[in-house]
Amino acid sequence: MASITLKDLVKAYGDTEVLHHVEGEISDGEFIVVVGPSGCGKSTLLRMVAGLETVTSGTIRIGDKVVNQLEPADRDIAMVFQNYALYPHMSVRENMAYGLKIRKISKDEIARRVEEAADILELRPYLDRKPRQLSGGQRQRVAMGRAIVRNPQVFLFDEPLSNLDAKLRVQMRLEIRKLQQRLGVTSIYVTHDQVEAMTLGDRLMVLNGGYVEQFGTPIELYDRPATTFVAGFIGSPAMNFLPATVSAGMATLGNGAQLANAGAANGAVTLGVRPEHLLQDDAGPVRVTVELVEQLGANSLLHGKLEGTDIEMVVSQPGHMSAAAGTVMGFAPAAGALHLFHAETGKRIEP
Amino acid sequence: MVENRPVLNVITHLVLILGIVIVALPIWITFVASTHDAVRMTQAPIPMLPGGHFWENFTQTLLGSGLSGTETAPVWRMLLNSLAMALMIALGKIAISLISAFAIVYFKFPFRMMFFWLIFVTLMLPVEVRILPTFEVVADLGMLNSYWGLSIPLIASATATFMFRQVFLTIPDEMLESARIDGAGPLRFFWDILIPLSRTNIAALFVILFIYGWNQYLWPLLITTDTDMTTIVMSIKQMLEAAEQSPQWNIIMMTALLAMLPPVFVVVAMQKLFVQGLTETDK
Repeated sequence: MASITLKDLVKAYGDTEVLHHVEGEISDGEFIVVVGPSGCGKSTLLRMVAGLETVTSGTIRIGDKVVNQLEPADRDIAMVFQNYALYPHMSVRENMAYGLKIRKISKDEIARRVEEAADILELRPYLDRKPRQLSGGQRQRVAMGRAIVRNPQVFLFDEPLSNLDAKLRVQMRLEIRKLQQRLGVTSIYVTHDQVEAMTLGDRLMVLNGGYVEQFGTPIELYDRPATTFVAGFIGSPAMNFLPATVSAGMATLGNGAQLANAGAANGAVTLGVRPEHLLQDDAGPVRVTVELVEQLGANSLLHGKLEGTDIEMVVSQPGHMSAAAGTVMGFAPAAGALHLFHAETGKRIEP
Repeated sequence: MVENRPVLNVITHLVLILGIVIVALPIWITFVASTHDAVRMTQAPIPMLPGGHFWENFTQTLLGSGLSGTETAPVWRMLLNSLAMALMIALGKIAISLISAFAIVYFKFPFRMMFFWLIFVTLMLPVEVRILPTFEVVADLGMLNSYWGLSIPLIASATATFMFRQVFLTIPDEMLESARIDGAGPLRFFWDILIPLSRTNIAALFVILFIYGWNQYLWPLLITTDTDMTTIVMSIKQMLEAAEQSPQWNIIMMTALLAMLPPVFVVVAMQKLFVQGLTETDK
């Protein structure tokens, strides 16, 4: 078991810097999810921790050892790849045993560890099959088994569920989480799926364009997003952003509507409010022209535009709701649910 | 296509049968010629049905001195020479190409692409083009009349290197990364992962290269003067010009028949892998 420290980490290809001064402390046994849109550098970060990419500057520490110059095999890590990367010519048993065989661990010990992992992952009936005879979910399990038998200090997951269908993904997500809690191994998990990130992570690192936007618990990120990027990325459906001008605690929207409790800011801001925090109120200040209602059963999603403007809005209401296109409905934000961001930098303005 | 047109079926069969007859007729004539005695083969018209001298010709050719009245090695010796040469060429080419493709695909070193293109350019220099300088080198190294001389100059292979490069490029990078995390060094990766994954391609290449080596004519002719080192393919031609007498067709054709057998055996034995190696893309 070990903690991981990332200090002032930079990755550049030639003159192009793709990761900018990433900092992070991951404590022992923690499950960290690195999340962001494609191309944000999240996989690069993971591969640097794995030792598959060189570090341009800064240090990576696993436990109390700086691992910058170590080969992947000497870092005491195990990695699960997106396409599993199982050796196609080896049976499941051989796939799991390969790393141990190279480490010259005794045959009995290898057999014991492989069977233990196979029991945990319910792979025992498949031990003598080749990877191509397995389903996607089973291959995924073998890839995890290969990581478990090594008994490493750190697990690294590179979008391991993106090749599975939706139902299996939810199931495997739970399994990964349970497994990690049971083994207590420090883990870094990379994904672009914010639901996966919210449900799996003890803490989330949101990356955008090579910068760390925010690093905190899922609830912190949901309740107090540091930037408009985080606010829009975390939560589904995404937060509504309304340009507004604030003076003396009152925010004026583009269509002239006024909202109270807008905090201490002054001048141009971006006002953020989550779809589920808008409550139906005929006298409410936020008036939306309905375009379409999506009935999801447990709740209804109302898509429309802020009255008199072109700003797209989504409102989520519990239960069933129907409204004809073109009708205007009033909503009021729940108490304390307004987020204020600087209009230019997108940074959060604390109330 | 699912179609039911009887006339078309008959026509397609006729075309196919005609094709087979055209291909198979020379082989049939070879076989028939090897079953008659020498006298019958000098009379016109040549026979089209097998005669009764097959075993006689077979033992005389394979174990005896071959043509009567000449000083050539027995055919079993030539078959052995050919087999040694073809195997050395095929296995040597595969070994060298595997290693050079491994270096070119998986290692970063200065002038990597230059080396690749240098290898590639040698495609334009087949044995026949560089035969004089190659002969000079082999002669200076004292490798005339030896298996080494027969095989080594033919071992370097751009085609095989290029093919293995393409095969290695289809193996996902994750496989290498996964092996690195498992602690496999370059050589272990090569033996444990790359070679098993290229198994079918190696087999396909072996078939092609074995036949290439077996059919070598010009090079063995040039560097072997000792009758003990003659290969079977070159000896067939020599038999035709043998010592002031009319060609003994029965013996020559029996030799030709024997020369055809090992390649056929290799193709039949490795057919399944051969087809897989040329068609399989899934890694």
